[in-house]
Amino acid sequence: MDITMIYYLVPALIMFCCGVYGFITRRNMIAMLISLELMLNAVDINFVVFNRYLFPGQMEGMFFTLFAIAIAAAETAISIAIIINVYRSVKNVKVDDLTEMKN
Amino acid sequence: MDYTQFLAMKQEIWLLIAFIFVFLLDTFMPKKDQDKVGVICCLLFGLLTLRGFCPTVLGDQLAFGGMYETSTVIVNIKNILNIGVLIVMIQGLRWSAQDMVKIRRGEFYELLLATLFGMYLMISARHFLLFVIGLETASLPLAAMVAFDKHRYESHEAAVKYVLTAVFSSAVFMMGLSYVYGLTGSLYFSNIATALTAQGSSWLLIVALAFVIAGIGFKLSLVPFHLWTADVYQGAPTPVTSYLSVISKGAAAFAFLVILWQVFGSVYSQAWEWMMYALIILTITVGNLFAIRQRNMKRFLAFSSISQAGYIMLGIEAMNPMGLSALMFYILVYIFSNLAAFGVIGAIENATGKVYMQDYNGLYKTNPRLAFTMMLAMFSLAGIPPFAGFFSKFFIFTGAINQGSIAIYVLVLIALINTIISLYYYLLVVKAMFISDEESTVAKFNSSMSERVAMWICVAGILCLGIVSCVYNHLLAIAA
Repeated sequence: MDITMIYYLVPALIMFCCGVYGFITRRNMIAMLISLELMLNAVDINFVVFNRYLFPGQMEGMFFTLFAIAIAAAETAISIAIIINVYRSVKNVKVDDLTEMKN
Repeated sequence: MDYTQFLAMKQEIWLLIAFIFVFLLDTFMPKKDQDKVGVICCLLFGLLTLRGFCPTVLGDQLAFGGMYETSTVIVNIKNILNIGVLIVMIQGLRWSAQDMVKIRRGEFYELLLATLFGMYLMISARHFLLFVIGLETASLPLAAMVAFDKHRYESHEAAVKYVLTAVFSSAVFMMGLSYVYGLTGSLYFSNIATALTAQGSSWLLIVALAFVIAGIGFKLSLVPFHLWTADVYQGAPTPVTSYLSVISKGAAAFAFLVILWQVFGSVYSQAWEWMMYALIILTITVGNLFAIRQRNMKRFLAFSSISQAGYIMLGIEAMNPMGLSALMFYILVYIFSNLAAFGVIGAIENATGKVYMQDYNGLYKTNPRLAFTMMLAMFSLAGIPPFAGFFSKFFIFTGAINQGSIAIYVLVLIALINTIISLYYYLLVVKAMFISDEESTVAKFNSSMSERVAMWICVAGILCLGIVSCVYNHLLAIAA
């Protein structure tokens, strides 16, 4: 069977949508962070697949992916640091508890 | 490789040198002299700002295979941002001398310079990889800055909300980018533009563009993507809030303009004219309507800044050189007016800890100068002549009208009606300060030297910018 581009793109899109769904519905900040990670990885798959199938002569998509992975790592590091700070002050990582400023 | 091309990024290099200097200063300065770090940073950055105005001989230049561009317009917008950052730094001096903050105050200035570096890259990038790196360099240190008040719970809450939405928005943005890459086979702005001119608009491009606009819309807090703004602005330390509301917004707006015009300019009428049209109407109207019922001054300015972002977007929708110059002028004026308002809020917060609108009742009787500065800021934000805010709104409307279609006339009309709505809530503050009979709860106090300097700069900007017409003429001349 021929593996065409669509076999990668559709799972990547599903992954992205799962990420968005998880980000919106999950109430635990760590779970939200995992959902964000899913979204970022879906982007990486897209870039690599487009590069590999459509433009095999160049490396732009691959390089973008490399940088995107590094950026995602930095983002996670910062988010985890902030979430730990929150945990120290409210002993919890549920977003439902972070509603002090609404009124 | 030709190393002389590094000379094209003069401003970035000077900023980097300043960053390293501040870092070394913060690390190796003896404990007893640490209180001078802030002042030295301000002086250093003041020099850097002045240096930016020195005439350059380089002119338009591409560097690093076309990934980086510098031109007169770009140098100018960076200078405008520099002015804003300088004012924020001066405003932050008093805050950073507080007991809970002062052991880490060097970090505040380092993070400030780091985000500014990211914004420089965003503005100058002509390749999406460099743009994304700039975007992240700008937004990640900002998250750390929002969380800077470790002892205050609100600061943590704001930081969580900021960092999660920032990552979410960049994921959405990059998803759109991946489809653009799939369609055109390049990440260079110029190559994408050529490919799009050849192949025209398609449904996939429209989806990709919607993702890109949504991603940057989060950074700019345009309306369907604005939900984080009020909480983050309220929870963050006041100097960081003022930074978020003017500098990061101004840089993102300019970068947005460059992307939409240079990359997607050829599909203006097929793809993004109507998206932006809807976004502008929503942003201006919803921002205004929510601002009316806010009683916390920082939340109030958050919604006001949402609606101001809508006016800034009018310059992008105009799609002509006048729109570009009006956008730059608007950002410049907005920096002065909004920072004046934040300067007053910060001064009162530092002295008394009060941030609600009812605390401003009768402020004129106890602190007439602060009340007067606040009044000028509110008049300028509302767009009352002869203050600078009137001229910036006037130019941005003119730029939009010059585009010429009937739809734009309707859009400008809606924006005009919204200006009147906004006048109501800006004047609520003025009414509280000058007309309200209640006894002021804020006793008379003397603001510190640094706060006064920052406010004087802002007041001078508000009073002069509109009347000294050479500023706008200069911007118009370089934009054409």
